Amino acid sequence: MQEKKNIKFLSGNEACGEGAIVAGCRFFGGYPISPSSEIAEFMSKRLPLVGGTFIQMEDEIASIGAILGASLAGVKSMTATSGPGLSLMQENIGFGAMAEIPTVIVDVMRGGPSTGNPTGPSQSDVMAIRWGTHGDYPAVALCPESVNEVFLLTIEAFNIAEFLRTPVVLAMDEITAHMREKVELLKESDVKIVNRKKPEKMPYLPYEYGEDLIPPLPGYGEGFRFHVTGLNHDKTGFPTNKSELMEEGNRRIMEKLDKNKDKVIKHEEFMTEDCDILVVAYGSSARAAKRAVRTAREKGIKAGLFRPITLYPLSEKALQKAAGKAKKVIVPEMNLGQYILIVERVIGHGFPIIGINQVDGEPISPSKILSKIEE
Amino acid sequence: MAQRFEIRLAGSGGQGLVLGGIIFSEAAAIYDGRHATQTQSYGPESRGGASKSEVVISDEEVDYPKATNPDVVLLFTEAAKEKYLPLCKKDAIIIADADLVKSEIPSEYKRVVKVPLTRIAKESVGREFVANIVALGLIRELTKVVSEESLEKALLKRIPKGTEELNKKALQLGKEAAYKYGEHILKG
Repeated sequence: MQEKKNIKFLSGNEACGEGAIVAGCRFFGGYPISPSSEIAEFMSKRLPLVGGTFIQMEDEIASIGAILGASLAGVKSMTATSGPGLSLMQENIGFGAMAEIPTVIVDVMRGGPSTGNPTGPSQSDVMAIRWGTHGDYPAVALCPESVNEVFLLTIEAFNIAEFLRTPVVLAMDEITAHMREKVELLKESDVKIVNRKKPEKMPYLPYEYGEDLIPPLPGYGEGFRFHVTGLNHDKTGFPTNKSELMEEGNRRIMEKLDKNKDKVIKHEEFMTEDCDILVVAYGSSARAAKRAVRTAREKGIKAGLFRPITLYPLSEKALQKAAGKAKKVIVPEMNLGQYILIVERVIGHGFPIIGINQVDGEPISPSKILSKIEE
Repeated sequence: MAQRFEIRLAGSGGQGLVLGGIIFSEAAAIYDGRHATQTQSYGPESRGGASKSEVVISDEEVDYPKATNPDVVLLFTEAAKEKYLPLCKKDAIIIADADLVKSEIPSEYKRVVKVPLTRIAKESVGREFVANIVALGLIRELTKVVSEESLEKALLKRIPKGTEELNKKALQLGKEAAYKYGEHILKG
């Protein structure tokens, strides 16, 4: 059995590229930036070999424009960036949400604000990913903790984008991006691949939707004519300022995620069944937390870990349940307290919710988390 | 936890410490079939500036991927010594490049090996830049944490074509250096 598996020793960025190819990504538009550059490098080598296209754009605004355009032409597309690039992309991420264009944005977080710390680990974009563009929009973000998970979640990011017709963010940190470890590379035939729903016959209304609230999306050039705008639009795809249609459209793009969120949400629980102390951690911080929880258990302290895999949407019910018996909740993150705001909203203020925050470009150590558990 | 083995390679950018870490961890993970992670930290410069590469090897899945209390520490610059020696446990194997780390290592550290890694690479292979590979051969022989065959396979996979013999020789020189400079450690 062992021989059959294709096990490689890769960095997270390389695994991300491998996952994108398996998911069917055939267009990459990007502007290299640490610590994400190896993704662009990988795609520039690999895409031409599978009939895809790689373009190094002039900047990140152009990059996101290019991948949205490619997606409208029927090609699965992706970009990869870091904080400064994510900031530049924000307006068009909103355009993607409003016009309902599936695409994947990989954000390998660096310390911010501004160009900050290019080469150290950080989780400082967690709020920018959720609220970066203006208006209400359905934010979906996945956050891997290992190289193997980077591979799987990149595929998942494409699947969710295609299914929900919306931009999806894969949020990594420098450790998951540059760390090398074993990854099992699966073939396309061994994984679930989701492709966007397409209209079946003409005439058709581009933004007409059914029960799942997700309109079908043809590719340009396939014979279906459609108009795309960032303005509020009706089912024809042309702008409208009719109150009831604006209300309907704005609500629908949020409701399509809400209605389908059970198909999107992912999380992991580790020793939460009887925990007195719950650690909520994501990305590479979750690996430090797992080590701390293990050590605490060896010392007879009932600690547990809840790891959101989809940062957005969060599995709120599961988090509430995991925190059920807890006397204390600890949220370690490489920022000055971002995701803790969500944890507080979801599980309330019945007990102390304590942040461990670090922005020195070094990872949060297991011993730092352990000492908070023991406090 | 007992099976967890940690290595820290510290020096400056351009010394090949990241590549060295990759080769060593790949030998463990792919060719020896164990679990391993390799992580790194460096500044924005492409050469110069502090560089650190860490390897964690375990029989179980590695949870925290960074070194927390390394069993082996390689010091390739004076600056690396100043920064990382105080973080070393007293019984860690501490390897220092004898020419690049001139200052004394206090006697409280019991398992110190001073080897002119860069000089060996330059004089015996004619290429200073394989000092990192000499170091890998040395670490392997002192610790036996990966097998000799696996390390050579991992090495040959990651180096440019045409440098195979050069690199194999560097690995061998590292092994020999273990007996010349590190007998006190080999004897336990």
